[in-house]
Amino acid sequence: MQNEAGADGLTAVHEHHGEAHAAHNPALLHHFAAPEQQRDAASLGMWVFLATEIMFFGGLFCAYLVYRRWYFPSFAAASKSMDAGLGATNTAVLICSSLTVVLAVWAAQTARRTLLIGSLILTMIFGLAFLGIKGKEYRDKFEEHHVPGVSFSFENVPVPGHPGEYANPRHAQIFFALYFVMTGIHALHMIVGLGIFAWLLTMSWKGRFSPQWHTPIEIGGLYWHFVDIIWIYLFPLLYLIDRHA
Amino acid sequence: MQPTIPHPMIPQPVFPEAAEQKNYLNEKYGAWSWLMTTDHKRIALLYLLSITFFFFIGGFFALLIRLELLTPAGDLVQADTYNKLFTMHGMVMVFFFLIPSIPAVLGNFLVPMMIGAKDLAFPRINLLSWYLYIIGGALMMHCMLTGGVDTGWTFYTPFSTGFTNTKIVEAGIAIFIAGFSSILTGLNFVVTIHRMRAPGMTWSRLPLFIWAHYATSIIQLLGTPVIAITIVLVAAERALHLGIFDPKLGGDPLLFQHLFWFYSHPAVYIMILPSMGVITEIIACFSRKRIFGYHFVAFSSIAIAVFGFLVWAHHMFVAGISVYSALVFSFLSYAVALPSAIKVFNWTATLYKGSIHYDAPMLYAFGFLGLFTIGGLTGLFLSALGIDVHVTDTYFVVAHFHYIMVGGAVMGYLGGIHFWWPKISGRLYPEGWARLAALIVFIGFNLTFFPQFLLGYMGMPRRYYDYSHMPEFQILNVMSTAGATILGVGYLLPMVYLLWSMRRGKPASENPWNAAGLEWKTASPPPTFNFDEEPVVTWEAYNYDELDAPHKEEVPVAK
Repeated sequence: MQNEAGADGLTAVHEHHGEAHAAHNPALLHHFAAPEQQRDAASLGMWVFLATEIMFFGGLFCAYLVYRRWYFPSFAAASKSMDAGLGATNTAVLICSSLTVVLAVWAAQTARRTLLIGSLILTMIFGLAFLGIKGKEYRDKFEEHHVPGVSFSFENVPVPGHPGEYANPRHAQIFFALYFVMTGIHALHMIVGLGIFAWLLTMSWKGRFSPQWHTPIEIGGLYWHFVDIIWIYLFPLLYLIDRHA
Repeated sequence: MQPTIPHPMIPQPVFPEAAEQKNYLNEKYGAWSWLMTTDHKRIALLYLLSITFFFFIGGFFALLIRLELLTPAGDLVQADTYNKLFTMHGMVMVFFFLIPSIPAVLGNFLVPMMIGAKDLAFPRINLLSWYLYIIGGALMMHCMLTGGVDTGWTFYTPFSTGFTNTKIVEAGIAIFIAGFSSILTGLNFVVTIHRMRAPGMTWSRLPLFIWAHYATSIIQLLGTPVIAITIVLVAAERALHLGIFDPKLGGDPLLFQHLFWFYSHPAVYIMILPSMGVITEIIACFSRKRIFGYHFVAFSSIAIAVFGFLVWAHHMFVAGISVYSALVFSFLSYAVALPSAIKVFNWTATLYKGSIHYDAPMLYAFGFLGLFTIGGLTGLFLSALGIDVHVTDTYFVVAHFHYIMVGGAVMGYLGGIHFWWPKISGRLYPEGWARLAALIVFIGFNLTFFPQFLLGYMGMPRRYYDYSHMPEFQILNVMSTAGATILGVGYLLPMVYLLWSMRRGKPASENPWNAAGLEWKTASPPPTFNFDEEPVVTWEAYNYDELDAPHKEEVPVAK
């Protein structure tokens, strides 16, 4: 994300500081003393941003925990209506995509162009696969009338492990409201991630990255891993409540 | 009328060539060079213009509120209009003036200069944050012009999600976007303070302004995302009928209040902490002393940021939370008084035996000290469960938080604008007019808000446009409205003479106050990259004893 303003920044560097330290690294912005400082700043910036993201999702997790504690039987019943097979598949898809991100960072560090471009493409394919599977799950829920709103219906669904007890549709509706908001915002983050990786792919195609400068790949990777980790928490919380019962 | 009183105290070195020197203001010309700038100083000025605009919008609503309350009968506006007036006053002042005020203007201008950096770590993200602010502000303006919101700035559910038919979603989106502007400013500051300090600028040599902004940034980063997601849930609930906060559908409105105040209580510290940083700089400079208890003042900022996250439910004492959690939150609210008191005592100790100068910034600092202390102590009244139940939703609460947000935050903001005006504009403001304005603001403020303490204690509820059943409240309300008029004059005056001084003021030297700090060791106004050569710091912060005796080492020491 640091690179392109380099172009206008650099002319200023030449005017104000002479050619001495601008010449050897075209990606170094004028206000940094050294490439290491620039890279540290970018990486710290991404970590700090991820901290804000934790708080952003944190509000949702907080709401989820409150209602799960209050309405546990209905949450368990609603959770059992989820397609855990598709959820597990998506979990596997995202874990694979994290692997290809790590490979991309390594390829950039060691100047392996083919591997870099291949890993970025694979990551994007995994990301798209995740969104496709998610879309199918959303369609299933729509057809089952599990989308909160006027046509919501969750009548006579048994509570797992408690024969003769049925879920309270209002409480189940809160589960599905949280399900759609949480996975929807997560999917939005995936889409943003795909945009970032499309940009990284273009930059890699043009050969802009080198072992000396590949900060965008590193911090883009950090973001991707973070979005994966959010899913790693969402999956058991939403799909696996009291499944054994 | 043109103010012509010359500056009485400061020698006026005039450099004829100074006008021709390249600085950040004359480096490039044209609207485009401002709208596309990545220079933190220019972005600070963009923010200064935009928040001043919103300050006067919010002030206009305040004026209408005060005019309505001049008479007991509801005779100026309708009840619904009144609801919208105080709502839009609150939303504009909180989200579009107070939260960006000191960080986005003075912080943007000064943080890189004070630590000896050429710019913030992410200059383009800094510009993006201003554009987000403008987009949010434009949406808010559109929302106001097409009907506004009537829920109060707190958006309480289920009123906001199920009952009112005003523009909740649009106002929510506006605040959501402005929130990201605030997050990006905080992110930039944290990374800049960690990674961009000049050689020798250690953590304990940082000006306390920087410590205050660091603490503020932590709150912006960890608090703002929570209100962002809360607004998303309110908008989703309103648009899609989700029922997360709707008791009819099994949801819990108290959960909304918890999430809302988890941000909105610490948000008060986003407003007051930077102001405390400004006051610290001013008091040290105009007492000509190193600040008393540097490390205590620094860490009390961090402590306020941390404690600030643990007290939110004191806004909910009467909302139906359990007695046990109310007790805990009451206790924790008292705990915030400790770091705040540490600051007040350390400022006072700095004044003690100082060589005090009564320039305009110092007058604002004195005003801050007194008003913040009153605001803080009445905050302790409100932390006490018994008194809080008695005065909840009365003018006592309104007076309390205006003492903090206006008496504290705005006094600090104005003091800071005056203190750094020579650096920002390269010109000196007219000192006589500035002292007069500071005095008018102080008098007007107290006349506006002190009667409100009495009104509240006597039982006048907030958010009522008609108090004709209690005409005995009128005299205090008239005082308050008169005070607000004086306060308005006090706020307009600096606008006039500061604009005047930009063209007609005397050129400022590099360091007109003979103040400590790196920002005073470069030209006024500074060059685009702040320093002609990278500064190396070899001295402690607030070395006023050295500044006032620059040749101390040459004086032979008596053996």
